[in-house]
Amino acid sequence: MPDELRTIQVTVNGTKYDRQVRCRKLLSDFIREDLRLVGTHVGCEHGICGACTVLFNGQTIRSCLMFAVQADGAEITTVEGLARGGQLHPLQEAFWENHGVQCGYCTPGFLLTALELLQRNPNPTEEEVRIGIAGNICRCTGYQHIIESVLAAAAKMGAKTV
Amino acid sequence: MKPCNFDYFDPKTLEEVVVLMRQYGSDGKILAGGQSLVPLLNFRLAAPAALVDINKVKELDYVREVNGKLAIGALVRQRVLETSEAIRSKCGLLAETAEFIAHPQIRNRGTVVGSICHADPAAELPAIARALDAEMKVVGPDGERIIKAEDFFVTLMTTSMDPSELMVEVRLPTLGPRTGWAFEEFAIRHGDFAIVGVTAAVTLDEQKNCADARLAAIGVSEVPYRDSKVERLIMGQEISESLLDQAAHQMVEGVEPSTDLHASADQRKHLLRVLTKRALKKAAGRALKGFEKGRGKNA
Amino acid sequence: MSKTWIGKNVKRHEDPRLLTGRGTFVDDITLPNLYHAAILRSPHAHANILAIDASEALKYPGVVEVVTGEDVVQKTRPFSVVVKTPFKYYCAAVKKVRYVGEPVAVVVATDRYVAEDAAALVRVDYEPLPPVVDPEAALEPGAPILHEEVGNNISCHRLLDYGEVDRAFAEADLVLKERFVFPRYSSVPLETYAVIADYDSSSGVLTVWSNFMGPFTLHPVTAMALNIPENKLRFIIAKDIGGSFGIKSSIYPYIALIGLAAMKASRPVKWIEDRQEHLMASSSQTDRVSYREVAMRKDGTLLAIKTKIIDGVGAYLRAPEPATTFRPIGNYVGPYKVKNLRVDAYDMMTNKCPTGPNRGYGCHQIYFEQERMMDMAAEKLGLDPAEIRLRNFIPADAFPYVTPSGGIYDSGDYPKALKLALEMSQYEKLREEQKKARKEGRLFGIGIAVGVDPSVSNMGYITVAMPAEVRSQPEYLPKSGAVEAATVRMDPLGGVTVLMNSTPQGQGHETVVAQIIADELGVSPDDVVVVDDFDTSESPWSVSSGTYSSRFASVGTSAVVIAARKIKEKMFQIAAHTLKVSPQDLELGQGKIFVRQDPKRNISLKRVAGTAHWDLLRLPEGMEPGLEARGVFHFPMADAPDSKDRVNSSNTYGFMAEVAAVEVDRDSGQVKILKYISVHDAGTIINPKIVEGQIYGGALHGVAGALFEELVYDQEGQFLTGSFMDYLVPTAAEAPKLEIGHVCSPSPFTPLGSKGAGESSSETAPVLIANAVADALAPLGVKVTELPLTPKRVWALIHDSSSTEVGR
Ligand SMILES: Cc1cc2nc3c(=O)[nH]c(=O)nc-3n(C[C@H](O)[C@H](O)[C@H](O)COP(=O)(O)OP(=O)(O)OC[C@H]3O[C@@H](n4cnc5c(N)ncnc54)[C@H](O)[C@@H]3O)c2cc1C
Ligand code: FES
Ligand code: FES
Repeated sequence: MPDELRTIQVTVNGTKYDRQVRCRKLLSDFIREDLRLVGTHVGCEHGICGACTVLFNGQTIRSCLMFAVQADGAEITTVEGLARGGQLHPLQEAFWENHGVQCGYCTPGFLLTALELLQRNPNPTEEEVRIGIAGNICRCTGYQHIIESVLAAAAKMGAKTV
Repeated sequence: MKPCNFDYFDPKTLEEVVVLMRQYGSDGKILAGGQSLVPLLNFRLAAPAALVDINKVKELDYVREVNGKLAIGALVRQRVLETSEAIRSKCGLLAETAEFIAHPQIRNRGTVVGSICHADPAAELPAIARALDAEMKVVGPDGERIIKAEDFFVTLMTTSMDPSELMVEVRLPTLGPRTGWAFEEFAIRHGDFAIVGVTAAVTLDEQKNCADARLAAIGVSEVPYRDSKVERLIMGQEISESLLDQAAHQMVEGVEPSTDLHASADQRKHLLRVLTKRALKKAAGRALKGFEKGRGKNA
Repeated sequence: MSKTWIGKNVKRHEDPRLLTGRGTFVDDITLPNLYHAAILRSPHAHANILAIDASEALKYPGVVEVVTGEDVVQKTRPFSVVVKTPFKYYCAAVKKVRYVGEPVAVVVATDRYVAEDAAALVRVDYEPLPPVVDPEAALEPGAPILHEEVGNNISCHRLLDYGEVDRAFAEADLVLKERFVFPRYSSVPLETYAVIADYDSSSGVLTVWSNFMGPFTLHPVTAMALNIPENKLRFIIAKDIGGSFGIKSSIYPYIALIGLAAMKASRPVKWIEDRQEHLMASSSQTDRVSYREVAMRKDGTLLAIKTKIIDGVGAYLRAPEPATTFRPIGNYVGPYKVKNLRVDAYDMMTNKCPTGPNRGYGCHQIYFEQERMMDMAAEKLGLDPAEIRLRNFIPADAFPYVTPSGGIYDSGDYPKALKLALEMSQYEKLREEQKKARKEGRLFGIGIAVGVDPSVSNMGYITVAMPAEVRSQPEYLPKSGAVEAATVRMDPLGGVTVLMNSTPQGQGHETVVAQIIADELGVSPDDVVVVDDFDTSESPWSVSSGTYSSRFASVGTSAVVIAARKIKEKMFQIAAHTLKVSPQDLELGQGKIFVRQDPKRNISLKRVAGTAHWDLLRLPEGMEPGLEARGVFHFPMADAPDSKDRVNSSNTYGFMAEVAAVEVDRDSGQVKILKYISVHDAGTIINPKIVEGQIYGGALHGVAGALFEELVYDQEGQFLTGSFMDYLVPTAAEAPKLEIGHVCSPSPFTPLGSKGAGESSSETAPVLIANAVADALAPLGVKVTELPLTPKRVWALIHDSSSTEVGR
């Protein structure tokens, strides 16, 4: 049975893409292989590790649990879309300053998850951060520096909007 | 871990969905949030010939109050349980339970109805549906019908819907001020499916006795477990510690949970007893609070 | 040398690329005309393969090649391993499968989706055989045999005897014996195995991109298996590796398999392992059953240790195994001054996935027995668990200290570290809290665990797996040493580039190297470019290269220091020549070399560099032009095992002392960690945040093994934990919050005094938590001898002991 092809239009990090995709292609594979945005990582392909997290119409989702065809007409933000004009996003800065990164494989997923978390709750407690990022697995950091990074980012971002 | 090939459809109207489902029958699958279905596809544990994606059927994206019932359409995400004011005020149980379901990224996508249709024996929403006697509005080639929760869950991951049917809406009763509710669960990690979970809703009468009690448990049988004996035991009674103990003991009488990787049968029974009591106590406590508040207003 | 940068939390150089999605992991690499592989795996634990029919798969559109066992026997050889036991381990199943998940065929196709479709079309006829899954059962007469040519399931057996064990036992006041079970859990990096292989038939070179982490001793092993000369097997390691924690050593059979597929298909082939494959068939630590006996004096003095350990190494003994058993051989006694030790070690082949390194490699297993046993002895003798440890520690003035099994501990102050941990935990107060909690019927426990943290493996330790008689044969090549190299280069404008070959997996080597260079050469870390791209055909590497056994902080940094000092010496000679003074009169600072007595007379580093590259006639006579130096550091004390099986298995030895408090929920059996104090002695610390990060990660890895994770097989050898729904990796919601303390005993054996810290708490955390849980459950009179302490297991411990308990 030959794969059915569809043409989709998606906006990723502000850039419009028209692409032909096979209907069964996972969104994660599409982002990585077709758009060559390899910052989005894949760690399990069953929805648990969170490495593939992207913003889909402004909300975090698992890109391994969606098909690329479903993204037709959508706006997606990947880790590549966080820094603007060579300027790191405050979240990225906070991760840098607080050693929130070791191997960096989980990092894109954590950044996008934390971004949504701080949008919903700009001033979270440590416990709220722990629960808020519990949908992402990191194997390197024991999470402590990631938690500190998110709390530091909250402070930074709060300070900025004031 | 890549899915098998399938025909893909993304109709925009319910009508088209019905036509497609009639055409494919058991070879087709509805794709809602995909948070349970896509993992199965990726593991190649499921390989339907066709996927009918309902994400573009915008007419299914609604939360309404109809005749004192809360109607939640098939496209409503689990995340909405947390954000919708209507749901929070009319059926706070749903709002509070949402936090037990996976993680924000999953709830942003997974649907309320999808969870009920998936009928995982450890999922939270089916328990609420069962406890509150939800009604499932389904549509198929032969038209529309309502399935009662007690008839809906057949066994593990199996419902009484026909493969060619689609569930368009779940209807849940709104909970009044004298009804208290709770969801108590034990899961190994935050956001995991429950090892055991119990939901309770308790309504008090004028005398502060229990006018209505509803309890359903997950993780202890193949479908959400409800025991009318337990509910009858409580109804008409004043809520007391010993009554709760009796109810908790009664609750485990009829279950024969299984042992698996993560919990033993005895442990599940024990947890069922403990969580039943906790859930009832919390629900009754809340009902009492609502009662006092109501009385304060009347006075 | 001034320490301006060493000891500082310099922000990592790696991070900007990783934070912006610009890292380069293997799967990010693509090649023209790239094909993709899917591996068909055995559904049986043990079965004969009667026939394989790939014709349907080959007909499937998009498929170009299928590799099966037949290709494997024809084109490859079994992998070599230290022992001479005559089993054959090939890169895929040949005639027989011996574990669930063993590769049976590889399908090469235009993309992974199609490759998976076609793999399902390969027909394999199996004749199932009875399996053996438990290492102890594998030892029993009549057990199913995995390898007929071996005749039993023993891949290696050694009886190692140090001191006078029998006499010590005869003289003891107290003898304790206990059986312990340590489960299989694994590294589970977030990035799985990844291989791209490309064979150039004109040159005969097979180029492989992968996330292999070393040791590069496995490079010749792979070359031999593929029948390729070593210099024609080119390993390129991706710049970024998504974690490893040991497991990416064991990728090499897949490198061979995908290499074979690329050769047969005459196309570049990519294989990205999926999570299910990773959990089922990559690697894990051994599952171990052990019987430990200790002889004690009344006062708590540990006189002797006997242990019989039975490690399950899976279907084939795969190099670097049986290192789980032997890697800690020099530090088997841990931090204790006991002189008598007997280790009776069996490495059993069972119908499970082959094993390999996992963070802590071999140490967490022995410390589990050891530290559990110390607590049991303390209880019998009425001593506090802290006290019994303090009484047995090697004293601070005894270093360098030689252990009975030949380990040479470089430095340490164990009592000081434990006392600090006790103080930080407010130990006395915790005990008070415990009393109160117990009165209320709560299960509150306090645990202590200590351990010696070995780093930089001696390449020779593994030969202890062979009897001394074999090692003394004239034709036997002894193995010894532990080495690392680095190249430092200053360009004509004064910029510094360092070439490393350490295959880091998140440990921040680029940053640490820049810090060292900054201090050595008086530049800013930001001006230092560190290139850590590993390519066997271009990099300066040795068989011991790689990032494993926590080696970078001692051996890698030392090589950098040596190379930097060589350059510095040369610059001083040039400066002295220019300024017409003696090099001894010069000093380095602020980008200049100046005359100590008269700082106005100086020359900038830039000018010195310019001279070295561009003004060659102004160089001192006989000096080689340019500014580049290679530093090689190797440990002189890493000798081969002696005739009595004594060996200094590692080169620096850190220490950790930890205290934890837990509460156990009676109803669910769940353990909650309330406090976790972790004190470390890793010698000189170059970047504190990086070390902290290693400790946090290592501790959680150990906690995961203690409470959550296990690779489970049923009695039929079916694998039950093939997804993250079943293999439970802790998240931020479950992770404990650590408080870290430091003690610093610089290593006298490294130029900076640094030691490894990458494994550290992963070695003590499992027993730390076990001790705390045991303490919590002590009122119930139950024994804790097995991990993981999942709610299910703990619940059973609680409720079997007190079935009258009713919940709240
Ligand atoms: C990591 C992870 C953790 C999770 N943890 C939890 C948890 O703790 N508790 C929990 O309850 N769930 C959990 N889930 C599952 C999640 O809640 C799913 O969203 C839910 O089970 C299914 O909803 P869906 O909309 O995603 O349905 P889909 O995955 O799209 O569909 C699921 C099934 O239902 C059918 N279906 C869906 N909608 C309809 C319809 N309208 N009519 C007929 N059939 C339909 C589909 O055909 C399919 O068979 C988890 C999922 C993941 C990935
Ligand atoms: S790859 Fe998508 S959640 Fe793990
Ligand atoms: S930094 Fe390596 S997985 Fe998180």
